[in-house]
Amino acid sequence: MSKTLIRGAKVLGGEPQDVLIDGATIAEVGTGLSAEGAEVIEAGGKVLLPGLVDLHTHLREPGREDSETVLTGTRAAASGGYTNVFAMANTFPVADTAGVVEQVWRLGQESGYCDVQPIGAVTVGLEGAKLAELGAMHESAAAVTVFSDDGKCVHDAVIMRRALEYVKAFNGVVAQHAQEPRLTEGAQMNEGVVSAELGLGGWPAVAEESIIARDVLLAEHVGSRVHICHLSTAGSVEIVRWAKSRGIDVTAEVTPHHLLLTDELVRSYNPVYKVNPPLRTERDVMALREALADGTIDIVATDHAPHPHEDKDCEWAAAAMGMVGLETALSVVQETMVDTGLLDWAGVADRMSFKPAQIGQATGHGRPVSAGEPANLTLVDTAYRGPVDPAGFASRSRNTPYEGRELPGRVTHTWLRGKATLVDGKLT
Amino acid sequence: MDKQQDARPVLEGPDIARVLTRIAHEIVERAKGADDVVLLGIPTRGVFLARRLADKLEQITERKMPVGSLDITMYRDDLRMHPPRALARTEIPGDGIDGRLVVLVDDVLFSGRTIRAALDALNDIGRPRAVQLAVLVDRGHRELPIRADYVGKNLPTSLRETVKVQLAEEDGRDTVLLGAKPDASGAHP
Amino acid sequence: MQRHLISAADLTRDDAVLILDTAEEMARVADRPIKKLPTLRGRTVVNLFFEDSTRTRISFEAAEKRLSADVINFTAKGSSVSKGESLKDTAQTLEAMGVDAVVIRHSASGAPYRLATSGWIDAHVINAGDGTHQHPTQALLDAFTMRRRLVGPDAGIGKDLDGRRVTLVGDILHSRVARSNVDLLHTLGAQVTLVAPPTLLPVGVETWPCEVSYDLDSTLTKSDAVMLLRVQRERMNAAFFPTEREYSRRYGLDGDRMAKMPDHAIVMHPGPMVRGMEITAEVADSDRCTVVEQVTNGVSIRMAVLYLLLGGNEPAVSHARPTEEK
Repeated sequence: MSKTLIRGAKVLGGEPQDVLIDGATIAEVGTGLSAEGAEVIEAGGKVLLPGLVDLHTHLREPGREDSETVLTGTRAAASGGYTNVFAMANTFPVADTAGVVEQVWRLGQESGYCDVQPIGAVTVGLEGAKLAELGAMHESAAAVTVFSDDGKCVHDAVIMRRALEYVKAFNGVVAQHAQEPRLTEGAQMNEGVVSAELGLGGWPAVAEESIIARDVLLAEHVGSRVHICHLSTAGSVEIVRWAKSRGIDVTAEVTPHHLLLTDELVRSYNPVYKVNPPLRTERDVMALREALADGTIDIVATDHAPHPHEDKDCEWAAAAMGMVGLETALSVVQETMVDTGLLDWAGVADRMSFKPAQIGQATGHGRPVSAGEPANLTLVDTAYRGPVDPAGFASRSRNTPYEGRELPGRVTHTWLRGKATLVDGKLT
Repeated sequence: MDKQQDARPVLEGPDIARVLTRIAHEIVERAKGADDVVLLGIPTRGVFLARRLADKLEQITERKMPVGSLDITMYRDDLRMHPPRALARTEIPGDGIDGRLVVLVDDVLFSGRTIRAALDALNDIGRPRAVQLAVLVDRGHRELPIRADYVGKNLPTSLRETVKVQLAEEDGRDTVLLGAKPDASGAHP
Repeated sequence: MQRHLISAADLTRDDAVLILDTAEEMARVADRPIKKLPTLRGRTVVNLFFEDSTRTRISFEAAEKRLSADVINFTAKGSSVSKGESLKDTAQTLEAMGVDAVVIRHSASGAPYRLATSGWIDAHVINAGDGTHQHPTQALLDAFTMRRRLVGPDAGIGKDLDGRRVTLVGDILHSRVARSNVDLLHTLGAQVTLVAPPTLLPVGVETWPCEVSYDLDSTLTKSDAVMLLRVQRERMNAAFFPTEREYSRRYGLDGDRMAKMPDHAIVMHPGPMVRGMEITAEVADSDRCTVVEQVTNGVSIRMAVLYLLLGGNEPAVSHARPTEEK
């Protein structure tokens, strides 16, 4: 196997060091390492992070290959510095059987750009009525441990309770899309001053917060753990903070877009800003950043949601919800958390690699950058700053809210088990 | 707008009063007593002139003289060349214009396009027996086969010159000024 | 207000007064033997209605025809739209036929804004009502009706509605008429009070430039105009209020309540009225009720808007107009 020497990289933002990759493994970390027999990458002060792990990605295959496939989605992931992504279950057919999750897992293996860990549906057809065969999915080749009806909320309290209890048998976790369905009928955007003015149906914060409050109490009651998807409000932060202080086994994620964008952008009626949960207020954004910094929110997850052009090039009500995020996530986190002084690069590694791998029980990912560990790495030029150009995306879809926006940071190299998937910003 | 320093008066207050009196007499003479005359002024200054003419005609004939206004904005042929203009009032006297002698009154006759628009506007309001035109100043340069029946003053001008009528009702004084265009681009009225 | 009329909030006071003044002149055209002006000859206007609204469409059509525009009516029902064609494709198809302006009615809030700003088409866009967002020509015709009644057709020229007290009653939450009126009436200097059960007021209404009350009776005595908004019976099923009867008792305008209003005060309704719900027949048929006038005024207002947007080489509002030079 080949050797690669990454010379002068700030590992997790620390002092420059050399990292020697031998085959699929990190052989040595130190200074003045010998380059003999190795391809040398001059890092020149770039930051070296463990390969990023995304607990919340929509790869769309099977069913919506017009917006993304496992191949294009994993290429986008590698471009964004990811080495492992968790693929949500809302495909066509829904990933609610061992057969579908194995198919997605196998496509990920074949892609070679990024490991794909399928997420299984909690209920059959995401319909919230009947538990899917969670055990069978766990025992399949895909070895599913995270279950979610994402896109829909497991709103029935009894079904949610049963799911939380049932997955304890194989140490699974339910990732809840917290959205009280009745309170969000016809919802188009955050309910508040802007929605009142624009005449768009309101998605109230309480519809998220009431489900989170219920679910942390359920998790406590049945002694299970629960993960909250894309937490978006200041009130949700308070509830999770309270639950953690009480010892409840809850983890939570925030998306990059909820760390940066607010509902004021909806005034443009441009559906590129239409997303679920919706963009909230400045106050929410600040609370989310603070919560991510202090650990109340455990991880950043992209909720990468590709949609074809025609589903966004229309009137707001007719548009699909969601934004692509894999290729801009690290830049947005640098902009909102690192450059603001809220989080250092070690913190970024924790929120975007270590913790998500831990929650999803990803083996071989989210490991320290040290000798003997799998060589899943990403190298970031943090001094870079430039406008986002969707034309350069590896994703099949272009529905980014950041088009033309200047953001810092650029992933230049990604290694998956020692194999470079991204070199100088170009996919291999 | 009216910043040209070298503008010189060609008619002053007493001149304007005199020519209006003359026009009033001409109307009575040519319209044989003016008993079916309706005066319609073209906004803005044509309306004031029409009212002044009506006063004079009432003195001469000792009869009430119907007077109104005719806004031609919506009938202009140069609408597409400018932003839309604010509309002025069209006020047709109570007995209408059907079968009457309508005397259109305007301050300056230039290209004739305003009068063409006025004739179109009249057409939508009724059918006069005849239409005549009275103007305070005829400055020439007609672009249409239109002529005035009553002219206060014939004023030969070049296209580089501007004619500005000021009336007490609108401008605080009566005068007609001849000046040079600030830029000689020759924009038409 | 630039090339388009999307929201009443986009109008400055001077824009709005210019539109009202222009409408006053347009109203006089209706009294002439030939109710037609040649102003928009050769311009093509399409009435693009994705939502049924016969009265608004007819009002626009009358206005367009009185200004001699060529009119194309396009209703979504039975068209390619019902077969899945997008708004973008529909609009581009129409523009390819040489349309100068699109009057659009759409159930999706923001659809006219998208049409005007997305670069899909170059035509002028006039919002004829979008979802629960805006209905600017309705607000303009309402303001026009108030100015004519409360100030006077001639006395009102050049004036706004400074200090007039206007009360809007009913389903504010789902009402584009309410949003447009709050914006425009505030711009014109009126004091607006919204009256509704709390369920029919939007979250965030406290930031609007108006007062809010849950009590109709106490506001009636302090109103120069009371505008009733339609309350759809379906709202009852979504628990916005318990029963139709209870709604009428608390928020409906009947003869007794109308008697509490000042003598000069008028009753308005954008139509269609639900008699027996928000308004009794006695009030609807009284001479204080301006419903029929509002319809007439709607044509004048729409003529004014069409003229000011399409009548020249560029829109008139928010531009200094050159003074006439001879």
